[in-house]
Amino acid sequence: MRTGTFLIAAALVGLAIVVLTRIFFTNEYFFFAAYVVLQYIVLSTAWNILGGYTGYINFGTGAFFAIGAYSSAVLHKLPALLKTFDILIPAVPLPVMIVVGGIVSGIVGLGTGYLTLRLRGVFFAIATLALSVVVQTLIVNWDYVGGSRGIYIIRPAQAPLGGGYIQYLYTLMMALSVISVCIARWIERSRLGLGFAAIRDDELAAEAGGVPTLRLKLIATTLSGALMGMAGAPLPYYVTYLDPGSSFNLAYAVNSVAMPVIGGMTSWVGPIIGAVILGTIQQLATVTISSALNLLIVGVLLILFVIIAPNGIMGLISARQRRRAAIIEAAVQQRQAAA
Amino acid sequence: MSAAQTAAGPLLAVSGLGKRFGGFVALENIDLTIAEGERVGLIGPNGSGKSTLVNCLCGTLRNETGSVLFDGRPLDGLIAHERTRLGLARSFQLPKPFHTLNLIDNLRVPLLYTVNARPGHSLSDADVRARCEELLQAVALADKARRLPRDLTQVEMRKLELARAVATEPRLLFADEAMAGLSPSEVEEIIAVLLRLNQQGITIVLIEHIMRAVMSFSTRLLVLVAGQKIADGLPQEVMRNPEVERAYLGE
Ligand SMILES: Nc1ncnc2c1ncn2[C@@H]1O[C@H](COP(=O)(O)OP(=O)(O)OP(=O)(O)O)[C@@H](O)[C@H]1O
Ligand SMILES: [Mg+2]
Repeated sequence: MRTGTFLIAAALVGLAIVVLTRIFFTNEYFFFAAYVVLQYIVLSTAWNILGGYTGYINFGTGAFFAIGAYSSAVLHKLPALLKTFDILIPAVPLPVMIVVGGIVSGIVGLGTGYLTLRLRGVFFAIATLALSVVVQTLIVNWDYVGGSRGIYIIRPAQAPLGGGYIQYLYTLMMALSVISVCIARWIERSRLGLGFAAIRDDELAAEAGGVPTLRLKLIATTLSGALMGMAGAPLPYYVTYLDPGSSFNLAYAVNSVAMPVIGGMTSWVGPIIGAVILGTIQQLATVTISSALNLLIVGVLLILFVIIAPNGIMGLISARQRRRAAIIEAAVQQRQAAA
Repeated sequence: MSAAQTAAGPLLAVSGLGKRFGGFVALENIDLTIAEGERVGLIGPNGSGKSTLVNCLCGTLRNETGSVLFDGRPLDGLIAHERTRLGLARSFQLPKPFHTLNLIDNLRVPLLYTVNARPGHSLSDADVRARCEELLQAVALADKARRLPRDLTQVEMRKLELARAVATEPRLLFADEAMAGLSPSEVEEIIAVLLRLNQQGITIVLIEHIMRAVMSFSTRLLVLVAGQKIADGLPQEVMRNPEVERAYLGE
């Protein structure tokens, strides 16, 4: 399927799901839970663009996510701030905040890439962890956005697109999911994706083949960071009380690594599968037992998959297909030999 | 870039090239030139610095001293992919296939990132496909086009390595032990491939321990011993050189 066709198909599927769920589900809790699952589709797809396609493991999802969330918090307070200088601007609409959050996180992704991409393997992973700590420290000490106390965000009284505000947030997150999945799939099929795969497999050989590895890795960190920031941008309106604890939750970093690993890292489908399975289980566990269980669930699933199916669910499927193809090939050869 | 300019100087001119690993001197003050169209054999005992020289010339490693001119253009400071695009290509001594990509995609990398990145080139998808098949055919791997590198034998892996270097359409190709572990008939096969490439205008530096192959292929021999160039000349003369005999063949 061509990228344009896929984009239209994905948008239609997203739209259909939004319309149907908004007709058939009246319980607000459904949208609270579905929002989180969709947010994880965006985060794990974004993580996979760097981690799955180029092979650079990022433990800093929380930082990029929080940068998106806090840039929205700043924009939320901006009209009040400007008013003290007698400049009047209307409240910033959420879609604009999402774009700004994406740009800010993308720039941080680019900068981080410049500083860290010369580090190979585990050192890069450690550097991204350090980034999280730095960003968290900055935000905890930044009084304008509430510092360690946190900040209350009052949702606009009126939600666009009819319905309640949570339905609006859910619809926006669906749109972000569609966009990030389309970007991931486009990358996979483009020259860019081929270059990413070459980097993942062997960076020296990629360079020798003419791949500008540094530039491609910077593209990956920028894109990945931007999408994570976009996923974080609506967070203040989702939680209505934003504090470093909720935005820097360890769960974001762990989940966005675990979901592609569980689903499969080599294709765009894997992160979706991982996010839907893990996100749904976590949401169910939160309702029925306790949210304290979530990290345990990820941990157990992660260990299981690393041992049993290191290439994730997609890996299991494609291994089966390969085996079947090999059997067919052998049968054809046998028949040819007999003839 | 004019023909006159090309004819004026050598294709590659290396002067005073030196490379250390910590305190260990891997290459010391290497001077050499290679003319367009030559077939040069680069020989020397294990650990004498042959692969290190290729790595420095192709930008995989950085040499601390010396300078390199390629077609009159200084390469110093250029990173590997820029040198590849200028027309330097190399195969790795230990094959480095892209192990999650099938053979066609392994070759699409240099075609899309090197050949298509040169000004005035734009292969269509169909051109790329055709070129891949042609390249695989040349090394007798066409029937494995859709396989992953892990399905290849060591010998086939070497052929893929060579095909991937050739795919960049280089002007100068370093073949680093493309024939290690091959049977005599397979060595003949690879030599034939290299000779054909040379006839098409590619200058080739062959690094090889199989002397029969080196002697039948090369128009000139360079000998490295312990990081120093000890001989440079016509193959028969170099082989009669007592220093070469002592340092290299006498071991
Ligand atoms: N990355 C490195 N770090 C440290 N030492 C190195 C490195 N690469 C090569 N060397 C050393 O430099 C010397 C030259 O190695 P090189 O691989 O260039 O030899 P060679 O002539 O290609 O040998 P062979 O015929 O075995 O391929 C060797 O002593 C090797 O141990
Ligand atoms: Mg070597």
